[in-house]
Amino acid sequence: MPTEAAELVFDEATKVYPGRDGAAVDHLSLTVPAGEICVLVGPSGGGKTTALKLVNRLIPLTSGDIRIDGRSILDLDVTELRRSIGYVIQQVGLFPHVTVEANIGTVPKLLGRPRSWIKARSAELLALVGLDPSYAKRFPAQLSGGERQRVGLARALAANPALMLMDEPFGAIDPIVRTRLQDEFLRLQHELRKTVVFVTHDVDEAIKVGDRIAILREGGRLAQYDTPKQILEHPVDEFVADFVGRDRALKALSLRTLGDLELSPAIEVDGLLQLPAETSQRDALAMLVAERSEAVLVVGAGGSPLGVATREDLLK
Amino acid sequence: MTGFRVADGGPVIPNFGHGSACLKNNGWFCPEWVREHWGDILQPALVQHIELTVIAVSIGFGIAFVLALVGFRFRLFNAPLGAFTDLLYAIPSIALFQLLVPFTGLTVTTIEVALVSYTLFVFYRNIVEGLRSVPDEVLESARGMGLTRRQTFWRVELPLAVPAILAGVRVATVSTISIATVAAFLLYYGLGGPIFDALAQPDIFRTELVAAGGLAILLALTADTLLALAQRSLTPWNRLG
Repeated sequence: MPTEAAELVFDEATKVYPGRDGAAVDHLSLTVPAGEICVLVGPSGGGKTTALKLVNRLIPLTSGDIRIDGRSILDLDVTELRRSIGYVIQQVGLFPHVTVEANIGTVPKLLGRPRSWIKARSAELLALVGLDPSYAKRFPAQLSGGERQRVGLARALAANPALMLMDEPFGAIDPIVRTRLQDEFLRLQHELRKTVVFVTHDVDEAIKVGDRIAILREGGRLAQYDTPKQILEHPVDEFVADFVGRDRALKALSLRTLGDLELSPAIEVDGLLQLPAETSQRDALAMLVAERSEAVLVVGAGGSPLGVATREDLLK
Repeated sequence: MTGFRVADGGPVIPNFGHGSACLKNNGWFCPEWVREHWGDILQPALVQHIELTVIAVSIGFGIAFVLALVGFRFRLFNAPLGAFTDLLYAIPSIALFQLLVPFTGLTVTTIEVALVSYTLFVFYRNIVEGLRSVPDEVLESARGMGLTRRQTFWRVELPLAVPAILAGVRVATVSTISIATVAAFLLYYGLGGPIFDALAQPDIFRTELVAAGGLAILLALTADTLLALAQRSLTPWNRLG
């Protein structure tokens, strides 16, 4: 599959609903580099979903501009614009009256792709999102919530869009399946390298999924736009610090693994808890606390000891 | 006034004089009468009845579909159009047949106009409800993927309205078959003809009443079953989950 991605630029993008005080999105300016995931997060009323829907013109801009690879969305035909962008929503919105295959083929069919192409593409995408080929002939009513969202993702990817808009895609899914879908989505993104705008109200999800996070405050104003690490370690103000939570230091630990630490040599290792190097520092700390121990033995692939990490190392 | 058939080579009144014992006793169901008059009374009446129903349901559906499109697209018109079909439905059928006579005379057209006007109520409501039943998230994803308004209608809203529409077709068909028997009050036509004839006999000619009435019931049940099967095969997605 060819990988292509577009740079997305919000340029003073503003939305004011007529008859309502204040803006829903207020002079939002930010650039999402090609191939990165930008998470829009913030309290309700922060205009995250509005900002997302400005991009495919489901909501018209009041002023300002949005550009995809340098071209203003206002210069493009609105149906062509929408067909060129993958769109995933929380409630999925699969067409109940057609099969999974036909659902996935929606946009390719609109674009005039032949039936054989759609069949092959649908099979390829089902495999990509981890569903058995036999799902092609099923109807949405025969799928679980998690399976529906996988099909929703496959449908959004069908025409190989350079840009994906995802509006709380995992918001209606139970926590265990949600974690799995997040992991698989990240694995997919690692392969596909799409430019993604991802809306969530869940800070942990934002930290996990985002290459960059845009925190919006009430009235649709951008509070901070940065990498998860920067936001957790250097929130620009009280609002951001509050929003990411008092446990932001712990959350920052979840972004780093034991392998990132400078380990002390493994000398006295008897009885130490052993953890693989790719364990997050947050999980390692949690286990140290649970086991009431002071240090862990970090092991590499195949179980070879790499060194020892102490509680102090983790808290530094 | 009376619309009972008298012409066509004499009255089709059973000759009590030289029939079987069953006919002499005016039994509830005498098979030999049915056999004898299948060709000249029952079968033509049944064919006419099917014709009345098919024409009324088809034209009624066509008119209601156009009205429903207007009511669906322009919400302002929905309530008045609904009230209009409601009003038509509320007129007692015998009164409506009579009301139409000055305009269309004692003709099959009169019967069809009345029957059509009764189907509108069921059709209008079911079509509009069906089109409205499409979940918001389905419409949003359709719009977000770049379906035009027209594509959304033909590819999403209309197919999803099919179960409600077919349910309407079933109700309209069965009720038209039933109401059409009353049309013979006006004109000897359809299965109502033999029914009214039988009722006009001094003691009520039971065999004819049972045979014609039974055919009407059988026709209604058959039509309903066939439509139910069509509904199942046309909407495989609707009976899952």
